Amino acid sequence: MFACLHGSGNLTALGFEFSPVVEQTAPDTVTLDASGLDRLWGFPQDVAAAIARRASEIRMKVNIALAANPDSAICAARGFAGVSIIPQGDEAKFLGPLPLSWLAPSPELLETLERWGIRRFRDLAALPPLGIAERLGPEGLRLRELARGEAERKLVPLEPPLEFEDQIELEYPVELLEPLAFLLARLLNGLAARLATRALATDELRLRLQLENRATHERTLRLPVPSLDTKALLKLWQLDLAAHPPEAPIVRVWMGMNPVKPRAAQGGLFVPLAPEPVKLELTLARIQAIIGEDRVGSPELVDTHRPGAWGLTNLSQGAGVPSWGPAPRGQIRQSPNFALRVFRPPRAARVALASGQPGFIAADGIRGQVLELAGPWRTSGDWWTSNPWARDEWDIALSDGALYRIYCEPRGWFVEGSYD
Amino acid sequence: MGAAALKQQFESMLGGHLDWQSRPMPELVPSGISGIELPRGCLTEIIGPASSGRTSLLVSILAAATAREEVCALVDAEDSFDPVSAAAAGVCLPRLLWVRCSHNAEHALKAADLLIQGGGFGLVAMDLGDTPPNAARRISLTSWFRLRRGVEHTPTVLLTVARQSNAKTCASLVLECAPERVVWSGTRGTSQLLRGMRVRAASTERSKTCSPVFTVVAI
Repeated sequence: MFACLHGSGNLTALGFEFSPVVEQTAPDTVTLDASGLDRLWGFPQDVAAAIARRASEIRMKVNIALAANPDSAICAARGFAGVSIIPQGDEAKFLGPLPLSWLAPSPELLETLERWGIRRFRDLAALPPLGIAERLGPEGLRLRELARGEAERKLVPLEPPLEFEDQIELEYPVELLEPLAFLLARLLNGLAARLATRALATDELRLRLQLENRATHERTLRLPVPSLDTKALLKLWQLDLAAHPPEAPIVRVWMGMNPVKPRAAQGGLFVPLAPEPVKLELTLARIQAIIGEDRVGSPELVDTHRPGAWGLTNLSQGAGVPSWGPAPRGQIRQSPNFALRVFRPPRAARVALASGQPGFIAADGIRGQVLELAGPWRTSGDWWTSNPWARDEWDIALSDGALYRIYCEPRGWFVEGSYD
Repeated sequence: MGAAALKQQFESMLGGHLDWQSRPMPELVPSGISGIELPRGCLTEIIGPASSGRTSLLVSILAAATAREEVCALVDAEDSFDPVSAAAAGVCLPRLLWVRCSHNAEHALKAADLLIQGGGFGLVAMDLGDTPPNAARRISLTSWFRLRRGVEHTPTVLLTVARQSNAKTCASLVLECAPERVVWSGTRGTSQLLRGMRVRAASTERSKTCSPVFTVVAI
């Protein structure tokens, strides 16, 4: 027995309340396998009444039809208002008055049938199958089967959304991270096993800690590539929680994983070296725990002429693939370029001028007479913003043999770095 | 039967001298400068005073390694790396992991150790170039041994840049940079330009000694 719900609202949720096998036939139509519901409610009319009652409780206006095959139920639900129950074997008689347009034939076929004077289900059902097959082909035969209520097919069940979440309610609050690690391991292992049974992995983990002071501590862990390495994930959580500890004891732990397909990569003998992504993530987390979060990454140039402008990108941002792309070819120079060692922050300097040019310089760790110099190189920018810059740069050689880049700006003289 | 007799028997059966005790030579990778090659799985030191061309050599090595599509890591103890001049020198920045240790040599050592243990890097460079010699000398020889052991039998090149040699016997190769001549052009006060510097890199290792000379040019 099949039931069809036709109307508006969240029909899928209503269908799942009565059956695990629900087909989303159309945006406004849902068909469900109602086999076995008679054991709960009795006769088909009682099943239909139960569905109608539930629909009215949640303020949904739906047409309900029960039939022995899904297509008859769909036609009845679309064609008749209220509750329709089609007895088995009487489908053709029950559906007979419905117009043929409910079967949604092709426009050419509908026009042909119109010309023949066939406008209702019963007219088409009465035609001989051989004649229909000769004149209208397979589509005509299928329409005749639908009109007679004889079409048999299996439902295409709607998969409920996969949710990989779990939580543990604690009997007493946990104050230390070490006992919390055991709970996290339990959640991780359970969720990873559930993902593994479906051949899935995760690229994002969410942790929600309910605290004793009724606050919530939420953390999210994003992985560069999908993984199910529970040991690495646990270590990542430990490092993350050590860096961002909750402010009160924990009374409930909730964890969710985002299911994704695992990455399949073919290794090669001649593939250049690259760190394994999850291992690299763990290494970076460990380094960040030592030196700070914003101090590790891949340097990137910023589209500006402002001196010392650069950024750090997170190596984990590549979704599913390592963030390093192919190296640009042909950029190796015959002679290496002069590299600059930058002083961060720039060292304030006292400069004695001779004929308008630096003659002597003294800064932290730097002191000497200027033997050679080149400059000034005058640059400025961002004068149209609230943060303009302007400076005169000099390349100087000191008496100690070192080469420096110094600059003068409205705040004074500074040593930017040394050429090395 | 003694080991010597067994060895002699094997050699007579195989028909030649059986060299089973000597270590194979490490694979050498180009540094981007002719005459200088770096051994994989070994610790290499680049030493020299300020403005001696050691950072230019380091950047050239990084450029060559990233051009081979290897992923490199730079542990910057003094936060002195300049991405702009490195990019101009040919370093593929997306393939470079920059660890800024904010003037802490101990943190740099720990970070380098973690990166080596993590594996997968073609080059791990530790820049102690501006670290005061006293602080660099405080790194124990045991730590250098640990780093050398970590990188042994791996395809990673471990490189340090410092003012003086700190790793002592742990380093398989020491490249000592010394400036020979700074090249200026034009007339002082009017059109003088810093054109580059001629650098002599004296390399010392157990088997050979060579002193290639290279010239760094201004950007």
